[in-house]
Amino acid sequence: MKMILPIKILLFIILAYFVYSFAIYNQVMHTEVARKSISPLAVKGKDVFQKFNCISCHQIYGLGGYIGPDLTNTISEKGEAYAEAFLRNGSLRMPNFNLNDTQVEALIEMLKAVDSSGSFPAKDFDVSWYGTIQKKEKE
Amino acid sequence: MRKSIGLSFVYLALVSLLAALFFGCIGAFQYIMPELLRDSFPFYKIRPLHVSLIVAWIFLASVGGIYHALPRILQKPLYSNKLAIWHYWIFLITGVVIIISYLFGYFGGREYWAFSPILAIPIIISWFFLIINFFTTIKGYRIELCEDKNGTSKLVWPVYIWMWATGIIFFFLTFIEAYLWLIPYFRENIIGELTVQWKAYGSLVGSWNMLVYGLAIYVMEKTSDTRISSMPLTYSLFFLGFINLLLGWSHHIYIIPAAKWIRLLGYAISMTELIVLAKIIWDWKGILKQGKKHIHSIPYRFLLSSDFWIITNLIVAIIISIPAINIYTHGTHITVAHAMGSTIGINTMILLASIFYMVSENRKEDYSETELKLIYRGFWLTNISLAIFWTTLIASGVVKSYYTLEDMPFQQIMNSLHSYFIVFAISGMSLLIGIVMIVIPLLSKLSANQLAENEQ
Ligand code: HEC
Repeated sequence: MKMILPIKILLFIILAYFVYSFAIYNQVMHTEVARKSISPLAVKGKDVFQKFNCISCHQIYGLGGYIGPDLTNTISEKGEAYAEAFLRNGSLRMPNFNLNDTQVEALIEMLKAVDSSGSFPAKDFDVSWYGTIQKKEKE
Repeated sequence: MRKSIGLSFVYLALVSLLAALFFGCIGAFQYIMPELLRDSFPFYKIRPLHVSLIVAWIFLASVGGIYHALPRILQKPLYSNKLAIWHYWIFLITGVVIIISYLFGYFGGREYWAFSPILAIPIIISWFFLIINFFTTIKGYRIELCEDKNGTSKLVWPVYIWMWATGIIFFFLTFIEAYLWLIPYFRENIIGELTVQWKAYGSLVGSWNMLVYGLAIYVMEKTSDTRISSMPLTYSLFFLGFINLLLGWSHHIYIIPAAKWIRLLGYAISMTELIVLAKIIWDWKGILKQGKKHIHSIPYRFLLSSDFWIITNLIVAIIISIPAINIYTHGTHITVAHAMGSTIGINTMILLASIFYMVSENRKEDYSETELKLIYRGFWLTNISLAIFWTTLIASGVVKSYYTLEDMPFQQIMNSLHSYFIVFAISGMSLLIGIVMIVIPLLSKLSANQLAENEQ
């Protein structure tokens, strides 16, 4: 059967989407920060993070829930011990998940990996006349 | 006639909507009263219940609308009613399993799809049934393009068929794409994974919007006897919108240190929405004038209010897509306002219009005096509550952004936002009441309707 025009257009759009997606993946997976892949323990930490749905309250790079603080730079700003205290005990607003030692260790490792990947909220940036932003070069 | 499978979808959709808003209210009150149901229904269970049920509402209502509309548009039955029934039951059972899994604390822990990845499999399968059903049903269907300048008429799909076709296909693709994180190659790369995730999510939301907007145009045409769905300009706007929905996702991740061209491309594409905005505002007066003629139609009223919300939300969306502004609004409740405004103000209003049209077309007479009063008051209560809700979220976002710049500690920021969260929770509650007032007459009509069709 002959394909009608709309179907051809649709197939073309799908193909274009695949090409575009691969270009994106190829690019983001090979930038300098991204290439530092994380340790197996940190990957495990990400699994724990998902298992307890931490993202429902917390953000990473400003993405996630809003009841708790953004965790992108918790480690460098407040330290490991501080983060660990929350993980072990919870607080008034944060539940205590009764995490075991391995889980806590993995979570800390993951938070460290996130921390070293960049910073949020962005500080020290230049704004171009057309509204884009660029991190200030460090001298 | 057989019992319409579309109506069964829609019934389930309305129940999901009520449940979603109910959990949303609990979540909102947990903001101001952290002890509320802290042990039995903690926030990390409430939030996914709320989000998943709202997503279920949007999908069930739009898919139900499509199953219902197709036979009427094409004047022939669906290719397979059985496949549609399978689709319904797989959706329903998976949904119930997802809810139970949340209650027991089993999570996949991702934004939007907080359930275990295994449960995505039945959803993908049931969606595949929809693809087969949809495309086989519309096979060979075309209509004449109206107002062709050269005097020749071309055979095309009406624009809503285009929207549904692209929405159905791209939901399938992007939903699968959203699970790329399961592959270690992506999982072991924080920036890469976040980028891929939000790329998929952006287009995924775009594709469900296509399903909803398609219904809007379909119902608009049916309530106001115009032929917008086959005018050349509508096609241009559709393609522009479509490209935006697919490629305009990068404002979610300006903040992530990914490649610069990705940000630039996303920014440039987001700005083309200005054209869509200008066009809508341009048409607004005409719509209002027409509105006087059609205001007796309940679906028309709901469409009119969705138009209002499209304008307000598009303005905010365009503003927060400018990177230099996004850097301040990102991670604040302005993003939440954007999400709530579009899911409630735009999607829910359109879907309610569509359901009213499915249940009683433009016949106001189908409702008793009391029911009409309830619907109209509910309509106003919902819209006014949403306006308060939305404004409070924007305001609290601005305040949070300001204090964050001032380096105020998180807990102090939250404390200073307390009064905003109170208004937010209370207006959320009245929004729920408004929706209940609208939905109750619909549910009772739907039960009666389904019974009647069963008997025949
Ligand atoms: C119900 C919401 C909620 C959940 C779920 C939750 N948290 Fe928290 N968390 C909070 C709140 C709120 C704070 C801020 C402290 C406070 O107000 O008590 C916090 C603080 C923290 C902190 C200290 C950060 C800082 O900058 O002060 C870390 C680290 C943390 N949480 C990690 C986690 C991890 C990991 C998980 C998942 C296992 C998790 N949280 C789940 C609400 C939550």
